[in-house]
Amino acid sequence: MGGSILGNRVLRKEDPKFLTTGGVYVDDLLDEPLLHNAVHVTYARSSVAHGHILSIDTSEAAAMPGVIAVFTGADLGLQPVPSAFNPAATRTLLATDKVRYVGEPLAIIVSETREQGEDASEAIIVDYDVLEALVDVEKAMASSLHLYEACGSNVVFDTTALGIPENSGEAFFAGCEVVVTGRYINQRVAPCPLEVRGAAAAWGPDGRLTQWLSTQHAQGAPAPIAAANGVDVSQVRVKTPDVGGGFGAKIGTYPEDLLLGVVAKRVGRPVRWRETRSESMVGLGHGRAQLQFITIGGSRNGKVSHYQMHAIQDSGAWVDMGTILAPFMTRPMSSGVYAIPNIECRTTSVVTNTTPTVAYRGAGRPEATAAIERAMDMFAAEIGMDAAEVRRVNLIPKFMEPHTTAIGGTYDVGDYEESLNRTLEASDYAGWRKKQAERRANNDPKQLGIGVSVYVEITGGVGTGESAKVEVLDDGSARIYTGTSPHGQGHDTSWSMLASEQTGIPMDKIELVWGDTDLVPVGTGTMGSRSLQQGGNAVYSVAGTLAEKAKSVAARLLEANEADIVLDKDKGIFHVAGTPAVSKTWADLALAEKSTGGLVHSDIIGVVGPTFPFGAHVGIVEVDTETGKVTHIAHYACDDAGTVLNPMLLEGQIHGGVAQGAAQALLEEVRYDDDGNPITSNLADYAFISAAEMPSVNVIHMETPTPNNLIGAKGIGESGTIGSTPALQSAVIDAVSHLGVRHIDMPTTAERVWSAIQQAR
Amino acid sequence: MIPAPFDYKRASSAAEAISLVSEYGEDAKFLAGGHSLLPLMKLRLAQPAVLIDIARITDLSYIRDAGNHIAIGAMTRHMDVEKSPIVLQHAPLLANAASHVGDPQVRHRGTIGGSIAHADSASDLPATTLAMGATYVAQGPNGTREIPANEFYVGFLESALAPDEMLTEIRVPKMNGATWGFQKFNRRAQDWAIVGVAAWKRGNEAGVALVNMGSVPVLATSVSQAIANGASIAEAAELAAAEAEPQSDLNASAEYRVHLSKVLVRRALESTNA
Amino acid sequence: MKVTITVNGTKHESEIEPRTLLVQYVRDTLGLTGTNIGCDTSSCGACSLHVDGESVKSCTMLAAQADGCDVTTIEGLAKNGVMHPMQTAFMENHGLQCGFCTPGMVMASISLLQENPNPTEEEVRIGLEGNLCRCTGYHNIVKSVLAAAQAK
Repeated sequence: MGGSILGNRVLRKEDPKFLTTGGVYVDDLLDEPLLHNAVHVTYARSSVAHGHILSIDTSEAAAMPGVIAVFTGADLGLQPVPSAFNPAATRTLLATDKVRYVGEPLAIIVSETREQGEDASEAIIVDYDVLEALVDVEKAMASSLHLYEACGSNVVFDTTALGIPENSGEAFFAGCEVVVTGRYINQRVAPCPLEVRGAAAAWGPDGRLTQWLSTQHAQGAPAPIAAANGVDVSQVRVKTPDVGGGFGAKIGTYPEDLLLGVVAKRVGRPVRWRETRSESMVGLGHGRAQLQFITIGGSRNGKVSHYQMHAIQDSGAWVDMGTILAPFMTRPMSSGVYAIPNIECRTTSVVTNTTPTVAYRGAGRPEATAAIERAMDMFAAEIGMDAAEVRRVNLIPKFMEPHTTAIGGTYDVGDYEESLNRTLEASDYAGWRKKQAERRANNDPKQLGIGVSVYVEITGGVGTGESAKVEVLDDGSARIYTGTSPHGQGHDTSWSMLASEQTGIPMDKIELVWGDTDLVPVGTGTMGSRSLQQGGNAVYSVAGTLAEKAKSVAARLLEANEADIVLDKDKGIFHVAGTPAVSKTWADLALAEKSTGGLVHSDIIGVVGPTFPFGAHVGIVEVDTETGKVTHIAHYACDDAGTVLNPMLLEGQIHGGVAQGAAQALLEEVRYDDDGNPITSNLADYAFISAAEMPSVNVIHMETPTPNNLIGAKGIGESGTIGSTPALQSAVIDAVSHLGVRHIDMPTTAERVWSAIQQAR
Repeated sequence: MIPAPFDYKRASSAAEAISLVSEYGEDAKFLAGGHSLLPLMKLRLAQPAVLIDIARITDLSYIRDAGNHIAIGAMTRHMDVEKSPIVLQHAPLLANAASHVGDPQVRHRGTIGGSIAHADSASDLPATTLAMGATYVAQGPNGTREIPANEFYVGFLESALAPDEMLTEIRVPKMNGATWGFQKFNRRAQDWAIVGVAAWKRGNEAGVALVNMGSVPVLATSVSQAIANGASIAEAAELAAAEAEPQSDLNASAEYRVHLSKVLVRRALESTNA
Repeated sequence: MKVTITVNGTKHESEIEPRTLLVQYVRDTLGLTGTNIGCDTSSCGACSLHVDGESVKSCTMLAAQADGCDVTTIEGLAKNGVMHPMQTAFMENHGLQCGFCTPGMVMASISLLQENPNPTEEEVRIGLEGNLCRCTGYHNIVKSVLAAAQAK
């Protein structure tokens, strides 16, 4: 038998299509029969951040060329819908009485062409009674003006409500030799998938609604769509075309998605909707947006004994997923990789007049990591210890059995010091420190900064398993049905590798089906770095069971004992051990089973629990001390995701993660003016990172398999983002620390760095 | 996003373009490469009723050695300015500045005349040609006239061109061995300058202009005067913002811009490019 | 208004609204949906295609401005089922993930090598300043372009 395909650098099956004709994204469904004669939907949006709606005049828009209909929430009879995370907060899918952020949808224009809809949206006149805009979380917490009156407060979620006590304040640190405090802003960023949101909806002759959706989780969509349309969930089919990136922001459904079926029914024609980038920058959920109050305490020899955090999560103007990331993702990971015996962490989520926050690559863990890593650096600076050394003395020692931290996070396996060692060595950390010392000695205007981070994160925290179905067709080819939902990750290639490994059916004869709720009714989608460890694991398991099932069919056809049947995976044939000349192919078996339901196996395969990838990053920056300009010149990333299925895909995930993490540390920030007007609402103003701001990324391999699933894999989709941000923030501060700078908030823009230097002088 | 509706006219000569703009008046706009105008129209910040496409006026696309200056047709694309052997030899500061405009796709379409006529103080070429002491040639219904660059920029996105005039040629004095520097300080490579500096120096003579340091491109005459009076570059650079009235915006405070202009003017003048 | 534009070797005569952007023309009028729209501000480059052999952002050009021109889109690169060397390089170096920026990125990269056949890594990075990708971190895109330059 030849070697296993697993672990190899297999090129992607997906690529020829993307490279020659381009993907078929939701806006590309020109030949879809159900969408024949579709009309276009355009949303008119609030231009004020906070206010009561006095009137919406749609008459002029309705009379414009090509306009078929204009609907407000009142026209559609929309009723308030409660938030899943705080039922006291309710909203209508189109704002009817109150607007709470700039960009909130408040009317729908239906037109023959998209251009006509855009023209008409300019003609909708809304009269507002403008209220004070609460843009800042601390201001919102203190204000008696409440976004949702029924909540009685702008605080919409607090860990105290879970029975977790409030932090005990300074008393917690009694007895610590060294105590350092910090106020860190983990700023609001925009996920910016290159493909913005889009969807299409059509009612079929059978009375069912088909909705195409650019989503990470088709199976999550039918329930809210059915509710919005007032039909049973069985009457909704969601189909996922190619998806041009999601990064967490396309997990859930948005009001704009949910209303399309309603509109299609009203106008009696199928509808298409695709937002513009300017709409997307205010309509697609944002990420991060946490204000963190940190205190860290320990002894002069570098041992940290106490850590306290109060994270204020900005929920934006709706109680969406961003609300619960702080309590359920940030808090359990607040200890990071460190053995800190005493930890307190409170989180408070607050609504503001800004775009709602949702999951964004890392979703709660980057915030936890950035906080503890920054705190470690400030602690080290206070006692004059090297950044790598302070980490080393506080790391949780290697463990191969589950380890529980003082805050209650239970990690599967970890060898943090090894990842640190490998990264320090591969990066020539000592060499960089020498170069840094030389530049400092020469008073060079361009100083070097070296940042170290060691992190652990949680992956596969969403879902407890995944569905998979593998069927073999008459021609011996196979079809995999998966509940995960690729949008760049390469599942077609990876799942084919796993199924091929189990069945011997060549990868190019394996097809992947996903994201169609009629064909794959059960699935948890692709999010939280869960796909391989849950979805891939299920495919691997189900394909293995199918191969066993096939042996019994082969035994029957070959009139032999099942126990004597072997599957020659190189050839993809079954025969009796020792007599390969007489064999049956997968096609033979599929044909034989055709009358009895086919050669197919389907199951939902559970996993033991989430996994905890870890690693270490070293980021190197050059800082022009005269201007504050930061240049990211080198990056070293060791991300241990357990057993590696395809190193090429793994590296791709790390590269992309590092870029998004670097973007947060150095460049990107969603900003509002004091009145709540977004001032970064297009890609000219929002500093989306480009190739010119990035160095190449040195990937350092390390594999510590998890026992929590069959293949030993942990998640890799978010690790790069989590490790790189603190390393780079730290590097920037390190570059100017000899000038007396202790902290610079992200993004470390040139002006911020320059100002920090001026203040320190 | 798409522009509001408009009528499209294509001119095949400068005379035709001027006759068209005279016919349609204030509702009409010239369209050259479109890389300043179309983005504004897509965001509906500009809604002209008529666009007069002048990019096809092929006899306005040229680069000529005209003795003591280089003559550049207004419809010459940035990429052609950037790569022109004549510009590289006699006006390397301009070639370098052109290479910093937008990104390669923008430079394949955008024109030097379009950029200058748009008169955006945040653009690279208005300030660069200003620093170089360029003269612009405008053609109107009554013939042509020359406008010195330092009289051209009269306000925010506002030039000395009459509504029925079009820019036809940019005349840039030869640099004759002057050292020069172009400093573009931005967040990302593709962004507009937060502050930019175009500068040249030949002995005690120097020309310095600033990008995005006010509503118009700024000629830093105090710096040139200081150099002429024998000040060191470092001393002169301290006067960088003397003529500027920078604004605070998303990307920088006015105070920071003033600081940057001093550092960048010093660096541009210290540059040994020649 | 009427325009005549040759796209991927085929001449098309079409009646269009003057405000039609070139990207709308190839996508909506001709049904060539490989070219994508990623922004409103000429920032992302997803709509990059070639006009008369050079990369342009087709969201910042009117179809009227392309009247009489030769346009090449991603669909026109492969010849007789054989991918262009740049397409091959992207495949072999994992230069794409979700694929949305890919057509524009490939078109910009081909133009880049036409103007600078042997670029350094730095020159590739600067040369792609106008094309945004959210998935790859650009590492493998840069690698793909350098590999395509080597393959020539």
